[in-house]
Amino acid sequence: MFKAYLTTAFFGLILLVSSTLQAQQDDHLEDHLSDHEVHVTDAEEEKVNTPSEIKSYIEHHLKDVHDFHLFSYTNNANERVHVGFPLPVIVWTTDGLKVFMSSEFHHDDAAEVQVQKGEATLVKYHSKIYEMEAGAQSINFDEEHHPINAHKVLDFSITKSVFGLLLIGLLLVFLFAGLAKQYKKKQIPTGFGRVLEPLVIYVRDEIARPNIGEEKHKKYMPYLLTVFFLIWIANLLGLTPLGFNITGQIAVTTCLALFTFFIVQFSGNKDYWKHIFWMPDVPVLMKIALIPIEVLGMFTKPFSLLIRLFANITAGHFVVMSLIALMITLKAQFGAVGSTGLSVFLTLFISVIELLVAFLQAFIFTMLSALFIGMAVAEHDHAEHHGTEEEGVDEVRERFV
Amino acid sequence: MNLLEDFSPGLFVMQAVILIILIFLLGKFAWKPILNALNEREEGIADALKAAENAKIEMAQLEASNEAAAQEARAQRDEMLKEAREIKEKMISDAAEQAQEKADKIIANAQEAIEAEKKAALADIKSQVAELSVEIAEKVTRKELSEKDAQLALIDKMLTEANI
Repeated sequence: MFKAYLTTAFFGLILLVSSTLQAQQDDHLEDHLSDHEVHVTDAEEEKVNTPSEIKSYIEHHLKDVHDFHLFSYTNNANERVHVGFPLPVIVWTTDGLKVFMSSEFHHDDAAEVQVQKGEATLVKYHSKIYEMEAGAQSINFDEEHHPINAHKVLDFSITKSVFGLLLIGLLLVFLFAGLAKQYKKKQIPTGFGRVLEPLVIYVRDEIARPNIGEEKHKKYMPYLLTVFFLIWIANLLGLTPLGFNITGQIAVTTCLALFTFFIVQFSGNKDYWKHIFWMPDVPVLMKIALIPIEVLGMFTKPFSLLIRLFANITAGHFVVMSLIALMITLKAQFGAVGSTGLSVFLTLFISVIELLVAFLQAFIFTMLSALFIGMAVAEHDHAEHHGTEEEGVDEVRERFV
Repeated sequence: MNLLEDFSPGLFVMQAVILIILIFLLGKFAWKPILNALNEREEGIADALKAAENAKIEMAQLEASNEAAAQEARAQRDEMLKEAREIKEKMISDAAEQAQEKADKIIANAQEAIEAEKKAALADIKSQVAELSVEIAEKVTRKELSEKDAQLALIDKMLTEANI
C-alpha cells in the first residue's frame, strides 16, 4: 500500500514539475531565457513543416541525443520554445576528461556553437560531439557532410539513451527487489507483484527451461531475466511520448548481442567446440568444409540478434513518426481534420502493433539467447540420434530462419 | 543512414557497464531470492501433494489392515464358537456315557444282588421245603419211624428230582 502511494507521488511530482515548467515559460518567458529548461530560437527556422524537415526530424529522433527534449512550441511572440532538460556531457578529449552540461551547446546541432574546455574546443554536429583540430576557427565539411578539421571524441555522456537505461535500471531494481522482499513475508505476492511473478515464471518456464535444460538453466537466469525486462521496458518506453529510442541504438543492441555471444562461447562445452571444428558423423572432407561455415555461424547468430532488435525498433519508430507526420504531409489533400483523423487512426493501429512488437522483440532476443546457450551446453548423445542427424540439422536451421 | 557512423562507442561502453551492474545487482537482490522463493513454493506444493497422496495410500492400507483384523477376529470368534460347541457336545456325550456306564453298573450290581438274593432265597426255600417235607413226611410217616432214614433219602431224592 505504501509503495502505491510512493508511485503515485512520484508520477504526481513529474506532472507537477512539467506543468510548473510550462506555466513559468508562459508567464515569465523573458526572465527564463537563460534557464536550461527553456531554449528559444527563431520560430520559422525550427518549425517542422516540409517533408525534408520531417525526414531530418525523424532521423534526429532515431539518434541518441545529449539533452532530454520533451516538446517545442511557438509562443505568441513568434519564438520557438523547447521544453526539456540538459544532460551531462562526459567526453575524453585531447586535454583529458571534460564534464559539462549539454545546455552549453544551446541546442545547437550544426556545429555552430563552440564550447571551449581547457585546450579543447568542442562542437556538436548531428548528435555527435567533435573536437576541433588545433588552430581551426570554424568547422569545414566535405561533400558528404563529414567534418574535415575536427575529430570525434570518446563520448561517455549521460545521453538520452543512457539516461533511459539508468531509469530502467532503477525501475527494475525498485520493482523486482520489491517483489523479492515480498517473498520474505508471504508465499504469494500481492499488488503489482502478482503481475511481475507470472512474467518471471514465464521467462523461466517458457524460455530458459525448454532451451537450456532443467539442470543448467539456473546459471543463466539472471542474464536472461535482466535482458528480457531491460529490452521490454526499453521498447515500451520508446512508445511513450518521452521519445526514448534505446533499443533502436545500434550500440545498445550490439552490446546486448555481444553479451550473449561471450556467454555462449564461455559456456560452450567440449561437444559445442567439436561440432564447430570437427563435426562428428560426417566424412573428413565435409568436416573440413564445415569448419568455416560453423565458425561463421558463431558470429552470425549474435549478429542476427543485434540487427533484428535494432531494425525492428528503428522501423517501428520510423513508421509511427511518419504516420504522425501524415497530419502535415496530407494536409493539402485531405484538409486539417481529414489528415489528422487519418493520422490518429493509423498511428493508433500501428502503436498497438508496436506494443506487441515491444514484447515480441524482447521475447525473441531472450529466447534466441537461451537457445544459443542451450546449444552450447547441450549434452549430445550420438549413438541415439545417429540416424536422424540430417533431420535434426534441418530442424535447427528451420528454427533459425 | 550509416550504421557504423551511428555506432557510438561511448554508448556501447555505458550500456555494457549498466548491464553488468544490473545483472549483478538484480541477480543478487531480485532474481536469486525470487527464483528461490518460487522454487521453494513449488517444492512445497509438490511435497504437500505427495504427502496427501501418501496419506491416501496409508489410509487405504490402514483400512485394508482393519478389514483384515476384523476378518481375523470374526474367524477367531467362529473358531471359538465351534470349539465351545464341540466341548459342549463332548461333555454331553461323556456325561451320557458315564451315566450309561453307571446305570449299567448299577443294573449289573442289582442283578447280581437279585441273583444272590434269589439263590439265597432258593436255598432257604429248599431247606425250608426240605424241613417241611421232612415234617410232612414225619407226620405222614410217623408210624413208621424205623424206616425214617430210608424215607428221608427218598424225600431228598424226590426233592432233587422235583427241583423247583
